[in-house]
Amino acid sequence: MTQATATHAPLATSRSATGIPTGRLAIWWVLASEIVIFGGLLVSYIMLRVHNAHWTAEASHTNTWAGAFNTIVLLTSSLSAVLGHQAAEKGDGQGAARYLWMTVGGGAVFLLVKAYEYTSEISHGFTLFRDVFWSYYYVATGLHGLHVIIGMIILSIVAVDAAKGRNLHRVELIGIYWHFVDVVWIFLFPLFYLAK
Amino acid sequence: MNASPETVHETHPAHPDYIKIYLILIGLFIVSMLGPLFGVPALTVVLAFGIGVCKAGLVVAYFMHLNVEKRYIWFILITMLVFMVVLYAGVAPDVMKQGGHNWQHVVTEKGPPAVANH
Amino acid sequence: MAGTAARDIAIERDHVDVGWGDFARRYLFSTDHKIIGLQYMFTGMFMAVIGGLMAYVFRMQLAFPDQSVFGYGLVSPLAYNALVTNHGTIMIFWVAMPVLIAGFGNYLIPLMIGCDDMVFPRLNRLSYQIFFLSTVVILISLVVPGGGFGGAWTAYPPLSASASYNHTPYGAPLWLIAVALEFVAFLLGGINFITTVMNARAEGLTAYRLPIFIWMTIVAVIVFMASVGPLVAGAVMLPFDQVVGTRFYDPQAGGDPLLWQHLFWFFGHPGVYVVLLPAMGVVAEIITVFARKKLFAYKTILYTTFATGVLSFVVWAHHQFVAGIDPRMAHLFTIMTVLISVPISEMIFSYIATLYGGSIELTTPMLWALAFVAEFLLGGVTGIFLGSSGTDIYLHDTYFVLAHFHYTFFPIAIIATFAGVYYWFPKMFGRMMNETLGKIHFWGTIISFNVICIPLFITGVAGDHRRIYSYEHFSQLATPGLQELRVIATIALVMMLLFQIPFFYNFIKSLIDGDEAGDNPWRANTLEWAVPSPPPHGNFAEMPTVYRGPYEYGVPGRAEDYWPQHEPEENPSPVNG
Repeated sequence: MTQATATHAPLATSRSATGIPTGRLAIWWVLASEIVIFGGLLVSYIMLRVHNAHWTAEASHTNTWAGAFNTIVLLTSSLSAVLGHQAAEKGDGQGAARYLWMTVGGGAVFLLVKAYEYTSEISHGFTLFRDVFWSYYYVATGLHGLHVIIGMIILSIVAVDAAKGRNLHRVELIGIYWHFVDVVWIFLFPLFYLAK
Repeated sequence: MNASPETVHETHPAHPDYIKIYLILIGLFIVSMLGPLFGVPALTVVLAFGIGVCKAGLVVAYFMHLNVEKRYIWFILITMLVFMVVLYAGVAPDVMKQGGHNWQHVVTEKGPPAVANH
Repeated sequence: MAGTAARDIAIERDHVDVGWGDFARRYLFSTDHKIIGLQYMFTGMFMAVIGGLMAYVFRMQLAFPDQSVFGYGLVSPLAYNALVTNHGTIMIFWVAMPVLIAGFGNYLIPLMIGCDDMVFPRLNRLSYQIFFLSTVVILISLVVPGGGFGGAWTAYPPLSASASYNHTPYGAPLWLIAVALEFVAFLLGGINFITTVMNARAEGLTAYRLPIFIWMTIVAVIVFMASVGPLVAGAVMLPFDQVVGTRFYDPQAGGDPLLWQHLFWFFGHPGVYVVLLPAMGVVAEIITVFARKKLFAYKTILYTTFATGVLSFVVWAHHQFVAGIDPRMAHLFTIMTVLISVPISEMIFSYIATLYGGSIELTTPMLWALAFVAEFLLGGVTGIFLGSSGTDIYLHDTYFVLAHFHYTFFPIAIIATFAGVYYWFPKMFGRMMNETLGKIHFWGTIISFNVICIPLFITGVAGDHRRIYSYEHFSQLATPGLQELRVIATIALVMMLLFQIPFFYNFIKSLIDGDEAGDNPWRANTLEWAVPSPPPHGNFAEMPTVYRGPYEYGVPGRAEDYWPQHEPEENPSPVNG
């Protein structure tokens, strides 16, 4: 039982004592660790927000419409991600890839809107340094944006594979990650844009 | 027990109508934005976050298929959220509310000085 | 001679020629869990030497203040702070975690659960590479202009946030980046470990048949994952303060330095259990083998491991009793801290019960395992004084704290590690280590260790303040007349470092011409002993099936006093899953 090449997946990867495919089990644990990372950041923000009454005034300068638009963009991209999963389950690699590219597109629109927001805010003097509220705003939305970028990269890789009919099981996995990115935004939006 | 990822047999119930869930999500989202119209801050917060939780629940249950996943995955994720509640509970008395019975937190009570530029 | 034959056979099996490209592929960029485990182990051992030499320098400064230290020179206050900071940081993040969790875990988990590798071998390689990068960064941080970060491993702002306070404009951010990278490496590794143990177990290896080492390592990894998140968030905010100029931790700007403390210790306290549990796992495996006896109360130990993991999340502020936290929280944390000593003592006493009535074989690994139990017990009971807020008000920041955590960390990072190295060396390298040299190493280390740390308890109770580079300049922070004790501790440290020489000599000599080990020199039950030493790529020629638990020693009616897990029998025990 020798495997001379390192790229050959070991037998271990295909086992499933829990009944859950290994890749999906791993993604759930990745999400678990992400919950505590974002959770820690947002819990800190919430405590300081309650403590610092003047943050409400600062928060009034975030662009609610841009944030709302972005929420709808991400929700829609989540829809396309899950439709991609549905297609992949039927074995339709091309269809799955199309939906995944739509999801990537959604992510791109999200980032463009964010870029517009940041530019507009910075040019009005609402920089990272203006107040600790803004420090949190940029770090939290920035960290989220970083996860969007990473998600888009992996979505693209999976889409390219899926179009060739390969590794269709990964469509579901990157979908789960993307939905998580969406869920984080579902909470970021009220925290930074709505509570004014 | 030994199964490749593609062939782990899971009986899926019929897929939910994702588009319907999506429209519900959009509808909920619009409602959550209506808070400021009423001018009651508490209502705004409740609507915004309460509906946020509902939306997150829908995404998690239906899009991420957690409603058909093994039970303990819920448990793992909720445990992480519980730890965040523990973090909040342990830290909030110090960071969120900084008054004390026998001392004054001068910076808090007098407010921070005008923010200097770096 | 026989060893080289085994190596030749291994090479033949893999059908490769050993050239430089192959050397790189097989040993530097391997995805094989055994090679990656060894990479972590050797990196950790190297960093242990660095950490130990740091201790030598700063203890020399304490014993003979303001005199040039042999091999280093004069120790300035900034240098002292950098040495104690990095000694602590390195020992926890670059010695204890990589050797106990990533080293032993990577090497043993696939073997003990009966599969051919981790489920994500390339992710495994990536996590080592990120870890290696973190090692390079922390070492660079020591030599950049301004020197290494000196704000203590706890890195409290504003000292850590502002170069105008810490005087290490490059060292501080680099230190933080190194720690952050280490976290990322272990998060990735953790995903691998958990998924592998959950999914890739051999046929018949049900939950209660897992070696307790596996359970403890998995609980440790889950505790790490859950607790490090908020600190990752905090460690994103702190470099922004350091480098970019934000004021997340500046109360003048609406931030809060206490927030960092909480975020840090929310990880920091579970963090000590992250390293304790695998160490206890190693010790459990060793004492059962060398007492030839079943582990006492396996299920109870398992449930108390879970309880310890959960409880570890609600004790953290006992590190902050004097930081100005809400006193009502101090009540709560005192109670929880004293409570957590219960499950841990239960585990230690179960180990003692395991030994009772056993056929004890005092091999070198067994000596180290027994020393762990004794020393950790001492460390644990001294923790009660610190966990109670009343006594902690006096003892906080004294050498008592130092002695307490060295009586706990030293067993974890050093004693349990040596126990594991001496125990699994035959499996990893196909050779036996020399027992005589092992015993000299053991007694020299253990006696020296106690002579270092007992004086520290005494000086601590007398009021010696920690993290002070020289009591000559700050005499109000120490009790006069105790300099002799400080000198004794330092001399003992030098002795202890010298006693590591027999270990290194033994290690290298045994690698070259130690006695051939065979598959199962210790006559143990767990699956790693069912494969050749060292195991070939792919581990098992035929994937094993498991028929019983791992601690079936001294079963009545059998010819042998052990019963390997994979050995079939006429009436397999019912799956009790």
